Amino acid sequence: MDKLLYIHNGERVHRSAIPHLSFHEFRSELLDFTEAGGQIVQFFAYDENNKENQGKGSLKLLAVLRNESNDKLCVTGCDAPDSFDSLTAVTEKFHMFERELGEQYGLKAESHPWWKMVRYQQNCTGKPDVFGNNYSENIPGNYPYFAVEGEGVHEVAVGPVHAGIIEPGHFRFQCFGERVFHLEIQLGYQHRGVEHLLQTVPMKRLPIIGETISGDTSIGHGLCMAQGIESLADLEVDEGSKVVRTLALELERIANHIGDLGALSLDVAFSPPAAYFGRIRGEYLNLSQILGGNRFGRGLIRPGGVTKVMGEEQRQLIQEKMTELTPEVEHVNDLIFSTPSVRGRFDHTGTVSRENAEKIGLVGYAGRACGLPYDARVKFPTECYGDLPGNSNNKTDGDVASRAEVRREEIMHSIHLVNTLLARSEEANSYTPQKTELAPDSFVVTVNEAWRGEASHCILTDAQGKILRYKVKDPSFHNWTGLALSLREQGISDFPLCNKSFNLSYCGFDL
Amino acid sequence: MLKVIKNRFEQGHRTTKYPEEKINLYKRFRGLPTVDPDCDPAVVQQCAEACPQEAIDSASCRIDLGKCVFCGLCETLSEGKFACFSQNIEMGTAARDDLLFSGSLPELAEHSKTHFKKLFGRSLQLRQISAGGCNACEADTNVLNTPFFDLSRFGIQFVASPRHADGIHVTGPVSKNMRQAVLTTWEAVPDPKVVIASGACAISGGPFYGSDDIVGDLNSLIPVDLYIPGCPPHPLTTLHALLSFFK
Ligand code: SF4
Ligand code: SF4
Repeated sequence: MDKLLYIHNGERVHRSAIPHLSFHEFRSELLDFTEAGGQIVQFFAYDENNKENQGKGSLKLLAVLRNESNDKLCVTGCDAPDSFDSLTAVTEKFHMFERELGEQYGLKAESHPWWKMVRYQQNCTGKPDVFGNNYSENIPGNYPYFAVEGEGVHEVAVGPVHAGIIEPGHFRFQCFGERVFHLEIQLGYQHRGVEHLLQTVPMKRLPIIGETISGDTSIGHGLCMAQGIESLADLEVDEGSKVVRTLALELERIANHIGDLGALSLDVAFSPPAAYFGRIRGEYLNLSQILGGNRFGRGLIRPGGVTKVMGEEQRQLIQEKMTELTPEVEHVNDLIFSTPSVRGRFDHTGTVSRENAEKIGLVGYAGRACGLPYDARVKFPTECYGDLPGNSNNKTDGDVASRAEVRREEIMHSIHLVNTLLARSEEANSYTPQKTELAPDSFVVTVNEAWRGEASHCILTDAQGKILRYKVKDPSFHNWTGLALSLREQGISDFPLCNKSFNLSYCGFDL
Repeated sequence: MLKVIKNRFEQGHRTTKYPEEKINLYKRFRGLPTVDPDCDPAVVQQCAEACPQEAIDSASCRIDLGKCVFCGLCETLSEGKFACFSQNIEMGTAARDDLLFSGSLPELAEHSKTHFKKLFGRSLQLRQISAGGCNACEADTNVLNTPFFDLSRFGIQFVASPRHADGIHVTGPVSKNMRQAVLTTWEAVPDPKVVIASGACAISGGPFYGSDDIVGDLNSLIPVDLYIPGCPPHPLTTLHALLSFFK
């Protein structure tokens, strides 16, 4: 049997088609693959037998991989040993994934270099917690944080409730004066049991939960989910619906990048662009509202299509606004990027080297800003992306300036895509809710370039076509480590800048 | 400098005249629904069964706006006969039961006339707590500080410390992991204080209802004074609720 199964993005396969290796083979296959530059899209455990049978020796591991040379995703699996030699000890790419396996299923990665909880979540197998946490206590973060000692060394602790209107997380800075040696990030406060819900609630709730995995990525995750269900339930999506979905994803990207560039500008005390972009971001959210009735695109994408067609009226309204806004966007961008005081603060701040970016598998604009070209829209195109031009960026120094510059380019590229899509004439079929029956004993993985980068969903079904395991991965799962690295040897006052240049999702990570 | 001035001219003055002038939202926007109690019971039943949020009570023909995520499915299914979403953004209520909606909501301003207006009418400082949702509620609360809505012109501000606040504005279903932080923050606010539950999550658990990992109903933890429904509430819904309740 081949050690890897090569499948297309969104292609349904029978679970028996997934290679079943011995753990030893599985481990060396994964290490060889990642050693040769491959990256991990998903790596998780699931219970082969039903939920009732959990913890009775039917746990499996499954990995989905990608590399530069193949335009398909690679899948492989094995039985899950209760404890195993950590792969992270060999390559950092497994760091978060192994910690998650430990937390969710009580599997122990021996000699993992940084063994700590991910979201402070009790494992589903009934085994004792591998981190020794007590879940009857209320507060997560009950854990000996990494500490640096010495004269002049001090610690700054922030959160979970931050100063602004933002999500909760706990950050510990180990500082020498103003200089940050190390930043430790502990999340989990937003953990609300998304994956567990997805595999236990009735089908009708799935799209609602899918859209709320991360609110600013409603379209990105909503799309991953819809494609997964469509594949498992043999639902065809018409061209017109694909146009609307692609358009919605690009509008989401534009709105978020614009909001962040404004915020970045504010963080270096240059407030005019923050005010302008703050409002302009809203204009793009309102375009999503014209399209689907909600500023975040909620309720628009459903398995099988879209709930709202884009008729001549909507097309025209959006087109007019796009024409009006584009020069404004260009001018405000020009204002930000040509202001010396902004440049002075963006350049060489919060640098993540290309080497480190590769080691931790940075995705999305954060990865591209370090010179990793991967863009799921180009590599694994879905919806209309096969016919649309890709974007390339030139600023790849890995600093705040590069992350800002990449976003600026992406905004202009996305505006171009939106205009191209508006010029297409296909109209979506009107939507009728369909009864969905999922194929039994199947597996599907879907990947989309959400605005922060690669979002991915895996769905496995059992013999009755019920969902056995629903695995979600937000791009933030990779990129939080990038933020921590960007702070090394930086002034602590650069934190807001580094943070905003990544702008990661807490809830998308916490699940 | 020239660019600063040029952009300043191009951007002009963008603050809305709301509440003096109404803002018209596009017809697809799903605000407060109209509900027809005389609708064919079979249709209502069909909507109730399909509603992902179990928000429709077919016997009483009511929609629980505290659970509803405004997905629009009941409108599609009933072809507008049972429920039909309007562009009305005025949805805040002072009592949880008022959200059990059969076609009309009590006037929010009446509810709070004496008590809250006297206390917080001139200035209101709120500490926002994000407690486990999807962050869209926070995002659409944050935009109240953009020039378009310009919340501070009403004397309402979101502040960094609970000690500077008159109350808390909570979003999210209160994940178990945030339970203690919500309580601690609330306790840190000096008396008298208000509690606002914003969004379906904080009111009922929202999309995450039934999860073992959430509290799911802020009111079961601390007494809520003002409910702002929506998933997320439109910024205007929040603005309307704050203004009618406190001003
Ligand atoms: S709009 Fe509200 S009541 Fe109607 S189906 Fe959706 S969640 Fe249920
Ligand atoms: S109410 Fe809706 S928008 Fe608000 S946090 Fe919950 S899921 Fe997100």
